[in-house]
Amino acid sequence: MISFTLNGQKTDVDVPPEMPLLWVLRDVLHLTGTKFGCGMALCGACTVHLEGSALRSCITPVSAVEGKAVTTIEGLAPRESPHPCQRAWVELSVPQCGYCQSGQLMSAAALLASKSEPTDDDIDAAMSGNLCRCGTYPRIRDAIHRAAVLAKGGRP
Amino acid sequence: MSLSRRALIKSGVAVGGGLAVAVWLTTERGKGTSELFAPNAYVRIPAKGPIRVVVGRVEMGQGTATATAMLLAEELEVAVESLELELAGADRAYDNPTLGFQLTGGSTSTMTSWEPVRQAGATARELLKEAAARRWGVKRSELTAKLGVVTHPPTNRSAAYGELVADAVDVTIHTPDLKAPKDFSVIGKPLPRVDAVEKTNGRAVFGLDVQVPGALVAVLARCPVPGGSVKSIDDAAAKAMAGVKHVVRVPQGVAVVAQTYWHARQAANALVVEWDFGPLATFESATLRDTHRSLMQDASKRSRVRDDGKADDVLKAAEKTLSAEYFAPFLAHAPLEPQNATAHVTASRCEVWAPTQGPGLAREVAARITGLPLEQVVIHQTMVGGGFGRRIGQDFVAEAVEVSKAVAAPVKVVWSREDDMRHSFYRPSATHALTAALEGGEVKAWRHHVCTQSVLLQVLDSFVGGVMPQVPAQVKQKAAEVAKKVVPGRDYTSYEGADSVAYAVPNLAVDFTRHEPLVPTGFWRSVGHSHTAFATESFIDECAWALGKDPVALRRELLSKKPKHLAALERVVEASGWSTPPAEGRARGVAVHESFGSVVAAVVEVSAADDTIRVHRVVMAVDCGQVVNPDVVRAQLEGGAIFGLSAALKQQVTFKEGRVQQSNFHDFAPLRLNESPRIETHVLSSDASPTGIGEPGVPVMAPAVANAVYALTKKRLRTLPLALSEAT
Repeated sequence: MISFTLNGQKTDVDVPPEMPLLWVLRDVLHLTGTKFGCGMALCGACTVHLEGSALRSCITPVSAVEGKAVTTIEGLAPRESPHPCQRAWVELSVPQCGYCQSGQLMSAAALLASKSEPTDDDIDAAMSGNLCRCGTYPRIRDAIHRAAVLAKGGRP
Repeated sequence: MSLSRRALIKSGVAVGGGLAVAVWLTTERGKGTSELFAPNAYVRIPAKGPIRVVVGRVEMGQGTATATAMLLAEELEVAVESLELELAGADRAYDNPTLGFQLTGGSTSTMTSWEPVRQAGATARELLKEAAARRWGVKRSELTAKLGVVTHPPTNRSAAYGELVADAVDVTIHTPDLKAPKDFSVIGKPLPRVDAVEKTNGRAVFGLDVQVPGALVAVLARCPVPGGSVKSIDDAAAKAMAGVKHVVRVPQGVAVVAQTYWHARQAANALVVEWDFGPLATFESATLRDTHRSLMQDASKRSRVRDDGKADDVLKAAEKTLSAEYFAPFLAHAPLEPQNATAHVTASRCEVWAPTQGPGLAREVAARITGLPLEQVVIHQTMVGGGFGRRIGQDFVAEAVEVSKAVAAPVKVVWSREDDMRHSFYRPSATHALTAALEGGEVKAWRHHVCTQSVLLQVLDSFVGGVMPQVPAQVKQKAAEVAKKVVPGRDYTSYEGADSVAYAVPNLAVDFTRHEPLVPTGFWRSVGHSHTAFATESFIDECAWALGKDPVALRRELLSKKPKHLAALERVVEASGWSTPPAEGRARGVAVHESFGSVVAAVVEVSAADDTIRVHRVVMAVDCGQVVNPDVVRAQLEGGAIFGLSAALKQQVTFKEGRVQQSNFHDFAPLRLNESPRIETHVLSSDASPTGIGEPGVPVMAPAVANAVYALTKKRLRTLPLALSEAT
């Protein structure tokens, strides 16, 4: 039995310790907002937060999160009060197919948590591990800048 | 009751043809139940709860759900954001009229929804008004409809649409008129996407997210050489592994069925399979260009697909000619959601949940495999994690149905990224040979010879099945055989864009030679245009330099009778500052190309250092007719640019001994955020009918970059992906 905190809830799973966190989330806990894209930490679709930092769940054995706090897109913010990144993403119509956006948002939220006013270089560094095949990058960049304003209570 | 304008127009046409009865076909009836008003394929109005728009084309990122909701809302008189989305499953009501079956592709969604969805909204609105008119004993013409409420201003009575449902199902009206463009209040506005919230909170359901109670997960071992088959298997180790429920042979390979993807994947890795590699086992893409070259020498294999003037004679007699050869590799689509489908097959029913571009094709495939009649096959459409043409092929649906049938349980088939990279329907590799006669400062003749593989050939079985799913299998097979003889030699998807080159060259010929190496090929975003525009737009640039003309100036001269091309070109020339020098170490390149009915022009700005081409800025303009949502159009141009640049700068699929050499995003890499240019988009206004937007942003990118690299380095890159190390 492996225990960790998932989106604020204590969670126990009876799975092999080497099973990747991604598949524990998706196939055991049926929390499907976190996506499978490459299985090799090349695309970032599986990004979650471990103790607030961005983590690629597809290559992380579930044993590595024992006793720690994991946050997925479902737990990023309450539905009725979305995270500034989610608000900015909707405002700028960032998603196209949307498949990569859970991972993009988790990477962006982790960036904003560590840098409240990220520069373009900060965004390049934090977001270059997240692929988007639809090519929403220009809007992701704009939306992160916008989210920084929203997070400071800027005009909603 | 007076006839509506449309009815009169129809009757006028019909009377001209001697058949006045056609007038009566324009009557619309209320349909549905007292609980749910469903007058047509696109709208569902319940007595209580939100109104649903049925999205008849597949939403795969291109924004068709938003466009469909806007078209409906414009005429239905409801707020766009109040509509709930329902994704249409397999139903011939949603057949794509440009194809004759239910498929989303070819950048046809807006053009094929433009009339029917507005008509659906107008009809529903007028039926609801008629119901209110009867209830209140007033004339329909005295009623107004706004924000989902019918009002009779003289008596101040009003009723929400839901309250009128029970009456609306029983009324009949003449087909109503549609709004004139000047009265649009929704169409043309940059409204937010209707699917953005669910795509930012993890709740959007893609194929991979479908949860069917009791479903197992299957992973397939497929022959590493496409088209090969299983010789023998040793599944003892796999079967003994934790979580494994079944190991079964299916036509596509060997399926390991387990509790979770991870269990299935571990066990699949433990399978020992001996393969018969099949006819592609000796295929090497490295020698393909030479094969193309020698085939192109054989006049008997050549089809002339355009022939203006006397190109051959003029070229033969010309004192100055220019020749160049261009090459494009195979490409994978690599949508971020790996292929997958869930199926539940029982003796009397087959249900499929899939991120497909062709729900109708999926149904036909499932019916064929199960032997069930079409009406016992149900396709549930999911959100699609990127299509780009890949999901026109229904191989993933066929696998799920086969495995579910074999193990008699609901099964979700999940592909890995490696599976997707190695078992795709690739954009064919192509070689282009072009020759021009340059005399008196003009391009006097132009001959373009394309050698590539047929795309249509490989999808014919599927498409024939899509057009006539009800006919017996033997008839379909016969039809496909006939089509296979007729189509490939003149497969327009092989040379589209080359034959429609817009330049006013008096002597212009386009030839096509088909080469058939049996590589599985398919529709890749912008299809033939993805390689033909690289050749045509690079070569016109070469002509300009050879004539000592500015690349924009020569295009202007040769496009003087093409107002759409010219307008798009002028817009990017102005917006990019073409006439002013770029920053030190940078240069600009231009391209303009028409595809899917739309014209896109682009100017890109590049630098080159340490053998790396870097694109800093892209300025694009499009004329795609009437625009439903300019922000969605901009998003498609931005996405098309990055898709095109990824291929232009980084991507190729190569084969060695029939095996695809690439496996994941490290060796088939899309651009990343830090490599992406600044993109400025200009949407030219038009009130012509809508034309395509999902694909036309792609083709201009490779030539614009190659042209910019030439301007910067005087090296002409003619092989994709573009590499500064290429010898010229």
